[in-house]
Parts: sequence; C-alpha cells; structure tokens
Amino acid sequence: MKVLVAVKRVIDFNVKIRVKADNTGVETANVKMSMNPFDEIAVEEGVRLREAGTASELVVVSLGVEQCRETIRTALAMGADRGILVHTDAELQPLAVAKLLKAVIGRESPDLVILGKQAIDDDSNQTGQMLAALMGWPQGTFASNIGLGDAGAAEVTREVDGGLETVSLELPAVITTDLRLNEPRYASLPNIMKAKKKTIDTVTPEELDVDVAPRLVTLKVEEPPKRQAGVIVDSIPDLVQRLRNEAKVI
Amino acid sequence: MAVLVIAEHDNATLSSATLNAVTAGAELAELGPVTVLVAGEGCRAAAEAAALVAGVAKVLCADDAVYAHFLAENVAALVVGLAADYSHLVAAATTTGKNVMPRIAALLDVAQVSEISAVVDADTFVRPIYAGNALATVSSNDAIKVITVRGTAFEPAAAGGGNAAIKEIAAAGDAGLSAFVSQELTKSERPELTSAGVIISGGRGMQSGENFALIEEIADKLGAAVGASRAAVDAGFVPNDYQVGQTGKVVAPELYIAVGISGAIQHLAGMKDSKVIVAINKDAEAPIFQVADYGIVADLFKALPELSAELDKEA
Ligand SMILES: Cc1cc2nc3c(=O)[nH]c(=O)nc-3n(C[C@H](O)[C@H](O)[C@H](O)COP(=O)(O)OP(=O)(O)OC[C@H]3O[C@@H](n4cnc5c(N)ncnc54)[C@H](O)[C@@H]3O)c2cc1C
Ligand SMILES: Nc1ncnc2c1ncn2[C@@H]1O[C@H](COP(=O)(O)O)[C@@H](O)[C@H]1O
Repeated sequence: MKVLVAVKRVIDFNVKIRVKADNTGVETANVKMSMNPFDEIAVEEGVRLREAGTASELVVVSLGVEQCRETIRTALAMGADRGILVHTDAELQPLAVAKLLKAVIGRESPDLVILGKQAIDDDSNQTGQMLAALMGWPQGTFASNIGLGDAGAAEVTREVDGGLETVSLELPAVITTDLRLNEPRYASLPNIMKAKKKTIDTVTPEELDVDVAPRLVTLKVEEPPKRQAGVIVDSIPDLVQRLRNEAKVI
Repeated sequence: MAVLVIAEHDNATLSSATLNAVTAGAELAELGPVTVLVAGEGCRAAAEAAALVAGVAKVLCADDAVYAHFLAENVAALVVGLAADYSHLVAAATTTGKNVMPRIAALLDVAQVSEISAVVDADTFVRPIYAGNALATVSSNDAIKVITVRGTAFEPAAAGGGNAAIKEIAAAGDAGLSAFVSQELTKSERPELTSAGVIISGGRGMQSGENFALIEEIADKLGAAVGASRAAVDAGFVPNDYQVGQTGKVVAPELYIAVGISGAIQHLAGMKDSKVIVAINKDAEAPIFQVADYGIVADLFKALPELSAELDKEA
C-alpha cells in the first residue's frame, strides 16, 4: 500500500521563543527550524512500514515556504521515497492545510495518511481530523500503536485522557501520531547523501485549485504573565509550615 | 447568540471539564441560552445531570448504540445536523473534544479555535500558542464558531441549581467507518488530574515505577492526584495519562509539587498556572526553580520520606 506523511517546518522545540516587540507574532528571523517532532514520528512509522514491506511507497508532503524543502529532505534521508512541496508564502491555517492535503491525496491516492497530532508552533491539533472529515475517511488520532493486519483495516491504539483506547478503521484512513508511537531514527550520512538524489515535486495552491484564505485573524500576540521565582527553603519542616500557614494550601 | 456545548460524560455524570466548557459557553452566550448535547448509549442519567447545571437552558439527549464510544465519525455527523441552530459549538479541550471538534469544523467548512483561555467577545478569543510561551488573540469571521476550551482557564459551572428541559433527539446513524475495539482505562481512587486541588508529579529522577510509591504515599495524605513528566511516562514508570504538559494534560491546582522534574518548557506548559508550585530537585540550577514558589534542593529519596513523616505531625 501507499503511505503519505505530512511534515511541517516549525521552530525547533529547544528554542526559547520570543514575542515580537510589535506584538504581531513571534521572532522567526535567525531561529533554528526543524521538522515538527510529531511529524518525525509519523515519518518513522512510514519508514518502518516500508521496511516491513507493508508499504510499497512512502511519499512526504510539506506545505509552505521554499525552505520546507529542507524538512522534506530530512524525511527523505530518514527513508521516504519522494517528496512534494506545496509551495506558498501565504499563511496556512489548519483548514487550508487539510484542503491542500485533500487535493494532493486526489493526485496520489494513498491508502494511509499519517500526520502529527499537533504542530508545536500553533498547537492546533486539528489538521488530521479535518482532513479525515473532508475525505469522508475514518480517523485514528493520538496513536501509540498502529496495527495493519489484513482486510483493509487498521487497528489504532489511542492515547486518551483516561488511558488507552483501541479502534478499528476502514482503509483508507488518517492517523495522527502521539509521542509514544515510536522513537524516530537519525538519518545516517550515506542516507543523507542518497536523499539528495530523490525527487521533490513542487505544486502551488493555485494549481491545486484550493482557496487558502485564513479564516482566523490574529489581532495580537503577547507574552504570558511571568511567574516570579520564589524562595528556596532549607528544610522539609519549614516547607510544610509555609504550605500550611503562609500559602494555606494544605 | 446560541451556544451548543458538546458534553463529555460516562453516561451517568458529566466530566468536570464539561462544566468548565459550560462556563465558557455562558460567557459567549451572554444572555442567550446554552444548550448541552449529551450523546451516548444509556446516557439519560448524564442528560439529567446536565439539566441541573447552572446556566444550562436546554439539554439534547441522543441515546443510541452508535454513540456508545463517542466515535468521532458518528458524533460529528450528529452535531453537523444540529449546527444550523447555533452560533457557537463548544467542547472541552480534552482528548475527546480534540478528536471530534475539528472534524465538525471541517464538515461545516469553518475554522476551529483550539483551546481558548479567554473570551474577548463573541468572535474574539485568546489562545496559548508555542506551548503557552505566547498568547494569541484571534478573531473569527466564520458564521459558526467551533471552539475547544482550556478547562483551567474557566471556573466550573455549578453542578446544581439549573432546571433545563431535556429533549430526546434522533441518532444520525452509523457512518460505518470505524469501530470500537477495546479500552484500557487507568483505575485510580485518587482525584482526577485536571480537577484535583493538589497534584504531586514525579519525573525521571524517580528512577523507577516502584519508587512512585513514595509519591503515592504523600498523595494519599494530601488527597492529591499523581502526575508525571513525559520522561517518567516514556520510561514506563507510570501510565501515559499521567503526563502533564504541552502534549499531555494542562492542570492548574492550588498546589503542584514537582519531584525530580527538571522543568522543560513542555512540562511547564502544563502546570505553570498552578497557584502554588513546590519543586524538589537535587540540582539547584534546574529550571523548575524559576517558576517554583518554594524550592527544596535535596535528594528526593531523602526528602519524600521526610515530607511524608512531617505531614503526619499536627499542624
Ligand atoms: C514535542 C514534544 C512534546 C513534549 N511534551 C511534553 C509534555 O507534555 N510533558 C512533559 O513533561 N515533557 C514533554 N516533553 C519532554 C520535555 O522536553 C522533557 O524532556 C521532559 O519534560 C523531561 O522530563 P524530566 O524533567 O522528568 O526529566 P529530566 O529533564 O531528565 O530531569 C530529571 C530531573 O530530576 C532531577 N533528579 C534526578 N535524580 C534526583 C534525585 N535523586 N533527587 C532529586 N532530584 C533528582 C535532576 O536534577 C533533573 O532535574 C516534550 C518534548 C517534545 C519534543
Ligand atoms: N504546513 C504544513 N505542512 C505539512 N504538514 C502540516 C502543515 N501544517 C500542519 N501539518 C500536519 O498537521 C499536523 C497537525 O498540525 P496542527 O493541526 O496545526 O496542530 C502536523 O503535525 C503535520 O503533520
């Protein structure tokens, strides 16, 4: 079967982000960018399916600016077969991303589409669910295990607030990854070299005939109130005394 | 304004997060009515509980086997059929709400506003982005606003005092796309993490699942819930649903005690709105001390038994 994975380029999770002085957004100039960590997990899952022979082809797609090519290259170095860049400088919100991915699916006809559960920049946690809705496909969100047995179905174990839940999905389906699905590999040097020869096709939202106009307008972006560091207490009895008499929380 | 709150429940009672969502719904509705949808199988008791919630004007009850496990495909079809009567569709930003609401939004061709922490007006909301390191104020032009609500940012609505009418509604059928297979829910006598007044969490510093007994002993003395960092969950010390943080649960108890947790931004994202934070860590440089009201630089294997003993003493 054919597997499609969506990878987003985001500010690296280790970067301490700064809000711009004019409150229009966060500082992105000269900031380290990486693949969204949940998407690394999605790529890893796809590569494992490919290695197991379950998947016959693994295609990765990223949407956004020219530099998303680097993110696609990283996925190719991890083991994906080829890439697609949906190139635009426009702001893309989850509904627009889902519509673009739907158009890509229309061209590629994958049997399984894997996304991250959440992009760590907008923290939306929407795109996979929206894509499944637009396709009329089932969804397996927050996956910590994916079982692809037989008969065109996937069994997905989901991380839910109360513990774990397993659902069975008819294929084709959309699955979104949670942290414990797998541990993504680092690309080896030979594989990074090999990835340079793999193809990345480029399309635009116009070519895909998708209206990407944002539905939400960001009026301002502010820093949250800062917490002040408190005191270091030197004994447990002192701590308990303060929690009882000063903070009055126990 | 007419607001529909999609309830999360166990067929008998509403989840506490739903009560927070009702409060956000009431702010949106101002003087308009808040309707609550209870979809489930054998969920009449939950619908009756919803009817008693203060501020709820009407309850819709869809009692059918297809909603037994709240599969997103089936619930979304039901809600989309009701949506034309409402200006806002609201749910708690729990794994249940996060699973189903974007599906509804896409079917309605509208955006979703995720995990709002404040209502500015009927079209404008505040939501945390970048693990809570920035707060965005966003405005939606869509005819129907689909919203999930961060529970810690809104007081729970009172579970009593209301007297709403309950209307039974027809199910919207089985999409036939997915099926429930099984679940493994964590059993605990302790309070639920997202509504607990006191939480004590352990991190990688705990070294093993067995050592969490030290934390549980204190939790039981304080009536606290037990949480964890991602590192502790990944290492298998405790189940996944203990995880507090950007990608786990967001909590804001009166008292949060972090033990053997370094204080990575992704962890802070889930607990920095707690009223009082205590950190126990042997490394005086650990970033958790920058947000802690009270810090103890100590080996947790010494500090926890001492804390347990101290709590036994009379105040
Ligand atoms: C996409 C993404 C999402 C993430 N989401 C989350 C999330 O939701 N929640 C979350 O928690 N993390 C999350 N993380 C992980 C996060 O970045 C950190 O790796 C994690 O929080 C570290 O856990 P920790 O503090 O337990 O471990 P460490 O950082 O290893 O810290 C252990 C601490 O224990 C202390 N210690 C060790 N032994 C003792 C002792 N005997 N006595 C006292 N102190 C001791 C050490 O000094 C140290 O400070 C996420 C990461 C990514 C990339
Ligand atoms: N611009 C993008 N390019 C590629 N994938 C994306 C993009 N935006 C979102 N996604 C995918 O959707 C997932 C969830 O994103 P979000 O709904 O924004 O939290 C991500 O983990 C990606 O897999």
